[in-house]
Amino acid sequence: MREVANLKIGDKALDFNLPGTDDKAHSLNEFANKYTVVIFSCNHCPYVRAWEDRMVNIQSDYASKGVQLIAINANDASKYAEDSFQNMKVRAREKKFNFPYLRDEDQKVATSYGAQRTPEVFLFDNKRTLQYHGAIDDNYDNPNAVKVHYLRDALDAALRGEKVVTAETTPVGCTVKWK
Amino acid sequence: MLRVTFQYTEDCPSHEEALTRLRKILTEEGYDVNVDIIKVESDDEAKRLRFTGSPTILLNDVDIDLQANSHYALACRAYKLEDGRISPLPSEEMIRRAIRRES
Repeated sequence: MREVANLKIGDKALDFNLPGTDDKAHSLNEFANKYTVVIFSCNHCPYVRAWEDRMVNIQSDYASKGVQLIAINANDASKYAEDSFQNMKVRAREKKFNFPYLRDEDQKVATSYGAQRTPEVFLFDNKRTLQYHGAIDDNYDNPNAVKVHYLRDALDAALRGEKVVTAETTPVGCTVKWK
Repeated sequence: MLRVTFQYTEDCPSHEEALTRLRKILTEEGYDVNVDIIKVESDDEAKRLRFTGSPTILLNDVDIDLQANSHYALACRAYKLEDGRISPLPSEEMIRRAIRRES
């Protein structure tokens, strides 16, 4: 397992083309000129499940500002059946995901980004430059007890064209389940 | 006599907070007992110990969550809280109820 992400703050985004739970292929280039939040995610991890309503809320709150979330599940479904593509479709429907939920079957995207955890956030500005990497906020257990909204704060700063003050935090969650 | 076992894996970061929470509730409930802490490090060990995910708390060998699944694996555990939310941590109330049940 890597100790740090491959991408560093200021690096350019790496494009991908992956199948989504909506049965369409999605690439990063599809969202040109948008601020994109790539979140390595999955079905089985309780940290993801604790945060996924907040992911939906962030997409809802920031959609009109030109922000697009994209969730990617790279976990090995042969070891964690709950993370299969079929089960991803069920989860996306149940939770009414308002963002693409993509399957990285060969784990190449997760590897190239250097993702280690689920959930793990990479925020790119509209020029495809990495502005924030890490956790969604500082409290997986209780959304009402969050003190620092890392991702929202980073989005607000980036959208204003300002430097993100806390550009990196430690992602908290399950490890990516490698093949 | 209450026998308390705490099982965890290093990969799931909620274990430290879960252990702190467990000890706090034990004290509040009047128990000054040793907590047997077991680090689970492989899938084989998880199966042998009937470990359903990190963190797991057993009181007299009974899981604090009577609805716990029986899928034994080296994984992080999801707790369904009283308000329906999913959390990687058992709630204080869940731990307290289990202690009172086993008393």
